[in-house]
Amino acid sequence: MISCILKATQKSLIAFLFAVTASFGAWAQASDQETPDAHGVTPGATQGATASSKSGLPVDDPAIVSAGETLFKNNCASCHSAGSNKLVGPGLEGVTQRRSQPWLLKWIKNSQALIQAGDPEAVAIYEEFKKQAMPSFAFSDDEIVSILAFIESGQGVAQAPVGPTDGGERGEGEIGTDAVGAIGPYLDIILVVLIVVLIVLVVTMLLITSLLKNYLNKNKELDEYDYEVVNQRFDFSKIYRSKAVRTLVTLIFVVVLLDLSLDYAMGVGIQEGYQPKQPIAFSHKLHAGDHQINCNYCHTTVYKSRSASIPSANICMNCHSQIKTESAEIQKIYKAVERNRPIEWVRIHNLPDLAYFNHSQHTQVGGIECQTCHGPIQEMEVVAQYAPLTMGWCIDCHRETPLNTKGNGYYDNLVKLHEASSDGAFTVTSNGGAECSKCHY
Amino acid sequence: MQDRIKYWKGIEELENTPEFAKHAHNEFPEFLPINEAKGESPSSTVTAPRRDFLKLLGFGLAAATLASCEAPVRKAIPYLNKPVDVEPGVANWYASTYFSHGDYNSILVKTREGRPIKIEPNPTSSVTPLGTSPRAQASVLNLYDNNRLRAPFIKGKESDWAKLDREVMSKLSSVNGKVVLVSSTVISPSTKQLIDEFGVKTGNFEHVVYDANSVSALLGANGGVIPGYDFSKANIIVSIGADFLGSWIAPTPFSKQYIQNRKVSADKKDMSRHYQFETILSLTGANADVRVPIKPSQELALVQALSNSLGGGGSAPAGIDSKAFAAAVKDLNANRGKALVVSGSNDPAVQTLVASINRTLGAEGTTIDTAAPYFVKQGNDAQMLRFIDEMNAGSIGAVFFYKANPAYDHPLADKVVSGLKKVGLTVSFAEIMDETASLVEYVAPDNNYLESWNDFEPKKGFLSIAQPAISPIFTTRQMQDSLLTWNGSSDTFYDYIRNNWRKVATGDFNTFWEKSVHDGVLESGATMLRLNPAAATAAAATTSARPAASGIEAVVYEKIQMGPGYDANNPWLQEMGDPITKATWGNYITISRSDAEAGSIVQGDVLRLTTTGGKTIEAPALIQPGQAVGTVGIAMGYGRTLDTMPVAKGLGANAFPVATVANNSVFFNGPVKQLEKTGATSEIAQMQTHHTIMDRLVVQENTLAKYVENPKEVTEYIRLTTHAGKVKPSTISLWDDYEYKNHHWGMVVDLNSCIGCGACTLSCHIENNVPVVGKAEVLNRREMHWMRIDRYYSAREHKEGEYDVMEHPADNPTVIFQPMMCQHCNHAPCETVCPVAATMHSSEGINQMAYNRCVGTRYCANNCPYKVRRFNWFAYANNDKFDYNMNNDLGKMVLNPDVVVRARGVMEKCSFCVQRVQLGKLEAKRENRRPKDGEIVSACAQSCPTDAIIFGDMLDPESRISKVLAREQGERAFHVLEEINTQPNVTYLTKIRNLA
Repeated sequence: MISCILKATQKSLIAFLFAVTASFGAWAQASDQETPDAHGVTPGATQGATASSKSGLPVDDPAIVSAGETLFKNNCASCHSAGSNKLVGPGLEGVTQRRSQPWLLKWIKNSQALIQAGDPEAVAIYEEFKKQAMPSFAFSDDEIVSILAFIESGQGVAQAPVGPTDGGERGEGEIGTDAVGAIGPYLDIILVVLIVVLIVLVVTMLLITSLLKNYLNKNKELDEYDYEVVNQRFDFSKIYRSKAVRTLVTLIFVVVLLDLSLDYAMGVGIQEGYQPKQPIAFSHKLHAGDHQINCNYCHTTVYKSRSASIPSANICMNCHSQIKTESAEIQKIYKAVERNRPIEWVRIHNLPDLAYFNHSQHTQVGGIECQTCHGPIQEMEVVAQYAPLTMGWCIDCHRETPLNTKGNGYYDNLVKLHEASSDGAFTVTSNGGAECSKCHY
Repeated sequence: MQDRIKYWKGIEELENTPEFAKHAHNEFPEFLPINEAKGESPSSTVTAPRRDFLKLLGFGLAAATLASCEAPVRKAIPYLNKPVDVEPGVANWYASTYFSHGDYNSILVKTREGRPIKIEPNPTSSVTPLGTSPRAQASVLNLYDNNRLRAPFIKGKESDWAKLDREVMSKLSSVNGKVVLVSSTVISPSTKQLIDEFGVKTGNFEHVVYDANSVSALLGANGGVIPGYDFSKANIIVSIGADFLGSWIAPTPFSKQYIQNRKVSADKKDMSRHYQFETILSLTGANADVRVPIKPSQELALVQALSNSLGGGGSAPAGIDSKAFAAAVKDLNANRGKALVVSGSNDPAVQTLVASINRTLGAEGTTIDTAAPYFVKQGNDAQMLRFIDEMNAGSIGAVFFYKANPAYDHPLADKVVSGLKKVGLTVSFAEIMDETASLVEYVAPDNNYLESWNDFEPKKGFLSIAQPAISPIFTTRQMQDSLLTWNGSSDTFYDYIRNNWRKVATGDFNTFWEKSVHDGVLESGATMLRLNPAAATAAAATTSARPAASGIEAVVYEKIQMGPGYDANNPWLQEMGDPITKATWGNYITISRSDAEAGSIVQGDVLRLTTTGGKTIEAPALIQPGQAVGTVGIAMGYGRTLDTMPVAKGLGANAFPVATVANNSVFFNGPVKQLEKTGATSEIAQMQTHHTIMDRLVVQENTLAKYVENPKEVTEYIRLTTHAGKVKPSTISLWDDYEYKNHHWGMVVDLNSCIGCGACTLSCHIENNVPVVGKAEVLNRREMHWMRIDRYYSAREHKEGEYDVMEHPADNPTVIFQPMMCQHCNHAPCETVCPVAATMHSSEGINQMAYNRCVGTRYCANNCPYKVRRFNWFAYANNDKFDYNMNNDLGKMVLNPDVVVRARGVMEKCSFCVQRVQLGKLEAKRENRRPKDGEIVSACAQSCPTDAIIFGDMLDPESRISKVLAREQGERAFHVLEEINTQPNVTYLTKIRNLA
C-alpha cells in the first residue's frame, strides 16, 4: 500500500514537473502529437468495407461471418493466417480474388484429389509449400462459403497476433497515449537539469546567508537582541527530545511496519511474475510471435474445454519431425517419445482447487483474447504469469467487461430485458457473473 | 381431517424415548473426539481445554502462514501422444452394461481424461432407460478399489501370467476327474458359448450355474426361465414375499414397469393396486397399498388358498388377515388378464402353484410376456448341491470359480471348503481376494467390467454390449481371455464377440457393429443366448420340499445396496442407508415389536441365533415395525473376516448359514432353535432419526378414491389467519422477492413415483465428491449425504394417541418415502444468518454455498428448517482415520474433477448440481442458443429409476417442470413447511394410495 502511495506521489510529482516544464517550452508536447493515431484504426475495418463489393460472398451478414470465424479458428487457423503472412500454409488474405470459388470448394474438400488430377494451380501451391499436404475437410458448401466470407470480411486480419516487427513502435505508441508519460526521453534530462538548478539555488542561498551574517557581525552595530537573532544556532537535540516528534516517528514506524506485513501477507500465494525454468526452452516469442502460429494450433482445446491443454508431444512432431531436428531442445522431445515418458512442464498458472475456471467460456463465448489474461505471450521467451489471478482481479474484469452477446441466441432475451431495466452496460456481473457459485462449487 | 395420519421415523420417536428427546434438541453433538486416540470414550471429553485450543489456534495460524509462503512447484504433464477422442477437461461417454448377480443396467459411463467417474442410465435401452440401481451407481468405485488383485496369484504368492497359464494348462491336460466351472448366472451369449467350447476342449465338463440368492424354484416351475413379467400392464399386483423393487430378479427394469402404472395425473386418474404378503418389511412391501405380514411357513398355505379362491370358494388360511386376502381375491378375479401374482419363495411347490394361478388369471400374453422371458437368474440349487457332494467324494478333477464365492455365500460353505481340498486343480477368477479365492491354488484375476468387452442378453431379444472405458489398471486379464488362452486360441475376446455378433448383424457388419457399440444395445428381437439345459431340469413339484417349521422363523434377505455381498468392500454401499431401516455399516437381526417386548429385547442388544442345524450367529437386534410376529430377518452379504476386504471386515454377521438346505433346494429361511440375548450391546448406525420433523406436516398422502373424487382436495395447504381472513403464507413476507430473468432452476419430486430405492442418494454422493465418514461418525450423526430419503412410518390416528382397534401403530405401519435435499428457498433462513455471507441466493434461484468463505459457525444449519446442511467435522481426504477411497491415489481417481473436495470446518449441502447447470449453459452458449429442456439434469434426477425427480428451468414455459407445476398447482403440488414461508424451489407432489 505504501508502495502504491509512493507510486501515486511520484506520478503527481512528475505531473507537476511536467506542468512546470510545459510552461517553459511547448516543444515537448509537439513531439508526441502523431503517435496516438498510429494504432487507432484497425486495418481490417477499412479492408472489409472495400472488399464487400468485389465478390458474391455474403460478407455483410454478421451471422455467416461469425459462423465462418468459428470454423476458421477451429480448423484453419492452425496452418493459415487470415492475413497475408505465411504460416504452415499460405496467408489467405485475398484468396477469394486469387482463386475461383468452385476451385476453392474442391481444394478445401479434398486437395489431394485436385493435385492428383493435375490441376496446375493446385500443383503449384503444393510445390511451393514443399509438398505439405492440406488435410481434407468434410465441410458443406455453405460452411466453406461462410469461412470465405469471414476471410474476405478481413476481420481475421485484425485478430492476428501482433508481430514483433512493429512491437517497438507500438510500445512507444502506448506510452504516447499517456499524457504524463508523453515527454518520453526528455523527462530524465529535465529532471536532472531541475535538480542541478535547485542544488545551485540552495548553495547560492546558503552563501548569501553566510555573507550577510559575516557582514552584520563585522559591523558590530547590532544590539543584543539582533545579535541573538543573527547568530541563532539550531538545537537538534530539542527535536530529538520532543515528545510530539517521538510519538509521530513511532506512529509512522508502526504504520509502515503494519502495512508492509499486511502487504506481504496479502501477497502470499500470489505468483504474479512467476517465471520458472521449464524442462525444454520453448519460446512463445518464436512460435506465437515470429511465426504467428495460432494459439489454438497447440492449445487445441482452448475453445472447447475447461482446460486450454498443454500440447502433447505429437503436436510438436507435426512440424519438428522435419524442422530444426538437430536442436538440443528438440532432441529432448525425441527422447521423451523414445522413452515413452511425458514431458513434465512446470505449471505456471495455479488457480486454487476451489475456483473453477473454464477457458472456453472466456475464449469461445466471451471472445476474450489470450493476451488479456496471459499478457504479451507472443513476446515472451520464457512464459511468466502476467495476471495476479486473484479473485479481485477476476471480479474487476467481470464488473467492467460488457458481455459478448452479439449473435448469440442465448443472450437475445436477456439483452432486451437488461435494456428495458437499466441504462448501464450489460456486463458479466449484471448477468450474475459475480455470484459465488459461478466459480466456486 | 378427522383421522389424522401420525408419522414417525422410528420406534424411538413414536415412543419418545429420553435418548431420542435429547438428540432431537441438539442438532450437533458438541464434542470433539480429540482424546479418542488415548482410548477414552469420545463423550467424556465434552470440555476440550480452552488453553489447548488457543495454543492449537496460534500454532495453526503460524504453521499455515509459514507453509503458504512458498508455493510448491506443480507440474503440468500433457499426454505424450494424445488419443484422438480424449480432450482434457471434456467428458466422454461410453455405452456399456452393468450386470452383477441379477442386477442388470444398461449404462453410460462418464469418463474424464480416460478415467470412468460416473455411471448414468442409457436412455437408448428400453429395458432400463430411466435410472440405475444403487449398486450400478457405486460399481465405478470397485474399479478403483485399492484391494483389487493386481496380478495373478499361485498358491497365495504373486506370480505372472505366463507361469500361471503354463501350470494351469499342464494340469488341465492331465486332469483326473470332472472339470467344473462354477459361475453365477452368465447372460453373456459369447461367454456362454466360450464356456461351452472350453468344455468341449477339456471333455468331461460341467458348467454349474450357482446364484447365492437363487430363484431355482421359480425357474423349475417355468421351464428354466424367468417369466417375462410386465408390471406396467398389471392393474392388480399380488406379491408373496417377492421384493421385486429391491432385490428380486431384475429390480431396475421392474421398478420402471411398476411405476408406469402408479403415476397419476388429472388426465390419468387410475393406478395399479399392489398387495404384498411378506415377512420382513421390504422395499416392495413399503410401497404396497395393502401389506400383510406373514411367516415364511404360511406362504404355501396362502398360495394354495389363493389358488382355491380363484376357482370360487376357499378362504384365508389361519393367521392371515382375512379382509386383505378377500380383497386381493376379489380384485384378482375382477382383473383377469390385467393381474399378476409373483412369489419370492424358493419352494418349488409354491412356484408351481403361482405359475398356475397366473395361467388361471390369463396373465400369460398380457402381464407376462411369454416371448421375452428374463435370463438374469439361472442358478440351479440342485446342480450346485450335487457338485458339492461330488467335490467331497473326490470325483472332481478341476474347478474354476467365476463370479462365484460359495466358500462364503453357500449355506454349506463348510462342505465347499472341505471339498476344495480334494480337487486337483482349483482356479478362481475373482477380482478381489474373496473367501473362495483365498482357498484356491490359482487366482487368475478378472478385469473390472469397466475394463472389459462383453455382451449380454438379460431378456430374450434384448441384447447389450459392454465396452471398456479404461484400459486395465493392473496386470489383470479378462476371464474370457484366460479361457481363450487355455483353449489354445490366439484370439482376443473382442474378436470373439465381434465374430459372434455376425450372427445377428444386418447390413454392413462394420457399420452394424459400430452402431451397436455406440448405442450399447441391440433390440432388433435377435436372440443369441443358448441356455444351459441343466437349468431347466429342476423338476416342477407340487408338494412342498420345505421342512415344516415351528417357533421362530428366520429369513435371510438381500439388501438393495449389498446384494449377495460381492460389493461388500465398497464403502459407498456400506455407508448408504438401508431404504427401510436406514442402517449403515453392518447387518442386524430385525425383530417385531411384540416379540422384542416379550423377550425384553431392546434395540442394539446382541442376540445369539441358533438354527435347528446347530449353527449360531450373533448380531444386534433392530426392532422393525411391520416385521411378522414370530419371525426375524437378517441380511446377507455381511460378516466378512478377510483382511483382503478391509472395508467390509468385521461388519455384521454372515447370514447364509441360516438358510436351509433340503430336498435339493436352498430355502432362504429356516427355523430357529433358540434366540437369546448375549448380554452385550452393539450400536446400529442408523440415520433415521438424525434430522427430526417434530410432528410437523412435511409429507402428504391421500387415497385414490379421494383423488378421483376431487383432485383439489388431496393436499392440505396451510393458510395463515390474518385480520383479512385466511391467506397463503407467501403473501405475508418481510423480504423482497427475487427477480429471475435468465433461469429459475427448480425441482419436482413426485412422492407417488418414489419407491425409496436410494439410487439418487448414491448418485449425488458420487457426483459431488461427498466423503465417506464411517460407522463411528454415522453414530455421531455426522453423515455427509447431501441428499437423504426420509422414510416415515405412519398409522391412522383417530383421536390423539388412539389408533385402530387392537392395533399398535408399529405392528404394520404404512411407509412413505420423501427424498429430502436443500430446498433452495427463495426466502432462505440460512442465508440471513450467515455472518460472513458464505451462503446466498443466485440470480437463477440456487442457494449457493461458497465453501472457501465459510468459517463454520453452523448458524445456517441450525436455522435450516429442513435439516439438509452438513458440516465437515474432519478433513476426510488424506486422513488415515477415514481410510476409504479419498485416502489413496487409486480411490481418488473416482473424484469428479469439476467439484472441489471440501476442507474441514465448512458447511456443505445440495447445490442443485450447479456444476452441471454451469456446463449445460456453457454448451448452449457455445452453440449460440438457449439450453434445451432435459439437457441440464441433476445427478439425482438422472439416476432415478422411476423418474420421480424432475429438474429443470421453471422460467421456460415449454419445460417439463413448468408443465407439471402448472398441471399440479392446487392439486398435488405442495411445499414442505409452507407455513414458514421459505418459498422453496423444490416442490413435492402428494402421494396417492390405491387402498383396498
